[in-house]
Amino acid sequence: MILKKCLATLALAMTLTGGASAAEPVKVGLILALTGPFGAYGKQIEHGVELYLKTNGDTFGGRKVQLVIKDDSPGTAGDVSKRLAQELVVQDKVDILAGFTLTPSAFAVAPVATEAKKPMIVMNAATSAITTKSPYIVRTSMTLPQNTAPMASWAAKNGIKKVFILVADYGPGYDAEGQFKKTFEAAGGQIVGDVRAPVKNPDYGPFLERIKDSKPDAVFLFLPPGAGTIAFMKGFEERGLDKAGIKMIATGDLTDEEILDSIGDQALGMITSFHYSEAHKSPENAAFTTAYHKAYPDDRPDFMSVAGYDGMHLIAAVLDKTHGSTDADAFVAAAKGMKWVSPRGPISIDPDTRDIVQDIYIRKVEKVGGKLQNVEFDHVSAVKDPGKQ
Amino acid sequence: MTRRDASRWHPAEYAFWALPIVAYFVFPDHLALLAQIAIAALFAVSLDLILGYAGIVSLGHAAFFGIGAYAAGLLAQAGWGDPVLGLACATLAAAVTGFATSFLVLRGADLTRLMVTLGVASMLYVLANKLTDITGGLDGLQGVEMKPIFGQFAFDLYGKTAYVYCTIILFVMFWIARRVVHSPFGLSLQGIRQNAVRMPALGTPVNARLVAVYTLGAAYAGIAGALLTQTTQFVSIDVFSFSRSAEVLLILVLGGIGSLYGGILGAVVFMTVHEYLSGIDPLYWQFWLGLLLIVVVLFARGGIMGTLRLASKVRA
Repeated sequence: MILKKCLATLALAMTLTGGASAAEPVKVGLILALTGPFGAYGKQIEHGVELYLKTNGDTFGGRKVQLVIKDDSPGTAGDVSKRLAQELVVQDKVDILAGFTLTPSAFAVAPVATEAKKPMIVMNAATSAITTKSPYIVRTSMTLPQNTAPMASWAAKNGIKKVFILVADYGPGYDAEGQFKKTFEAAGGQIVGDVRAPVKNPDYGPFLERIKDSKPDAVFLFLPPGAGTIAFMKGFEERGLDKAGIKMIATGDLTDEEILDSIGDQALGMITSFHYSEAHKSPENAAFTTAYHKAYPDDRPDFMSVAGYDGMHLIAAVLDKTHGSTDADAFVAAAKGMKWVSPRGPISIDPDTRDIVQDIYIRKVEKVGGKLQNVEFDHVSAVKDPGKQ
Repeated sequence: MTRRDASRWHPAEYAFWALPIVAYFVFPDHLALLAQIAIAALFAVSLDLILGYAGIVSLGHAAFFGIGAYAAGLLAQAGWGDPVLGLACATLAAAVTGFATSFLVLRGADLTRLMVTLGVASMLYVLANKLTDITGGLDGLQGVEMKPIFGQFAFDLYGKTAYVYCTIILFVMFWIARRVVHSPFGLSLQGIRQNAVRMPALGTPVNARLVAVYTLGAAYAGIAGALLTQTTQFVSIDVFSFSRSAEVLLILVLGGIGSLYGGILGAVVFMTVHEYLSGIDPLYWQFWLGLLLIVVVLFARGGIMGTLRLASKVRA
């Protein structure tokens, strides 16, 4: 009898602890490049994630969210990212892997997510193929072709017949070049020249002369944001390309809010296509930017912080839906087809590719209240990643 | 006399090599890190062979690390995923590259060598970026699928296989390097480092010896690179980067050059401190790491090995 009673008590105690473990915090391992050349990217993503938890509370589906942040800078060394992911799973026992500033880091970690059966939320890395590398990957940022194709089709529709392409000489540059060419030529446009410039500190002089000589309506740029971009824009003006009526078109990472102020007035009039602008007009964005400026007065919100914010929103919404379960299959099933209105506008997760579907805006750099902003004036609705079609 | 003493195994060395076995049981959650420490240690030993013994300064040693990494990666991608085969091919590829570029290194003294080695590594970096179709460029090489070692031991999430594999390779390669540096060949290298002009008078073919050791060092670096590829099943273009060349030099100087153990100790300390600091302060850890290195260089001459030797002398 006594034994039976003991067993019953034991069983009761076990169910109780079982119940308690369901309310254990959800650990989210955030792998970001926080130092080095891409440190600003990681910082913005971290801001976005933290801001979401600050403004929406940190308990979803009955479980508290706890962040474990790891620096995998420079972000280009996959071995570091992979080891950190392994450690997050084995040591820190995280339930979800998230972050991933650059493509190599996402590629290297994908097999870990598959093997450990952990949901993996990609918050920046923009190479198209990433989501195909593990069934547990969901992306909340963007893909490069997703932003490039609308620029090409917009240009073809708006009186730009001849385009000169200048891209940086590396993988993402080739992708942008290929996608732009494909979409623009399909829409009846003509490519009059095509140059790949060295990634590091190139002298744009000769390129600018070639562009001027080939008399295009516009030059399509894909360069890593930074000093090189500024040098190009200065040269563009000095050599009178703007006076020759040549337009500058690019994907919006070039006029990212993070660096827009350092480019200065040279950026004025530049036309870009992108999924997020600080100047996006919507109540969601107004609330987001106000909260952002209050929390981080020294920085400006940009597409990286929005991707972090939305990534955290996805985690929160899925936890609510699964009542706190982080089982990878259940998580991904819940995430598929999820729709919500982000500060960037309406977005959803493509149920087939687990990639993001979003509106792409055509914007022009203008001064708004003394501040350089990407002012949206046209958009393409619900763009899927053309890289996977 | 001293030579025979040095070539014989010291009791402390047996104790030292027992540590990796202890570590396996004490840190079961840190095996992924420990495996990468072993790889960094082997890379540092490879630099020690050419810098510590033959006195060839290099700022581009990552060239051979990268060749090994890509050789192993491309081989596995093509379907030959056997780790031991990959290791052998990577060694060969790195050795051939080392042999070919050694003739450039023979020309000129230290400053020229710095430039030449730096140049070779930068060229390979640009080449890997250019050949995006083959190497994956900046996105990295994917689809590296490794078969289990000897068809038995698959690489696992905890890093058990990776750790044991890397440590055994490190030990075997260390043992060979130890034999080499205590051989007449190794002694002639030290002679060359101390006075390259006098060595021909002893009948030592200086250039041939330098070519040989440079090739050997390259082969070692290639093995380290291949191990990194095989344990992470990914190659990023970062394997050729200047920071990797600089880091291995840093590790070696931190540990102490010209003793083989210095590189290993340097890797253990550097990687552990790096991991610890970046864990507690993800934003400013580089500052603290830099501070530590300055302190070591200023106050601990000869690195960790130098300090240990000094300490044992003081006691004796």
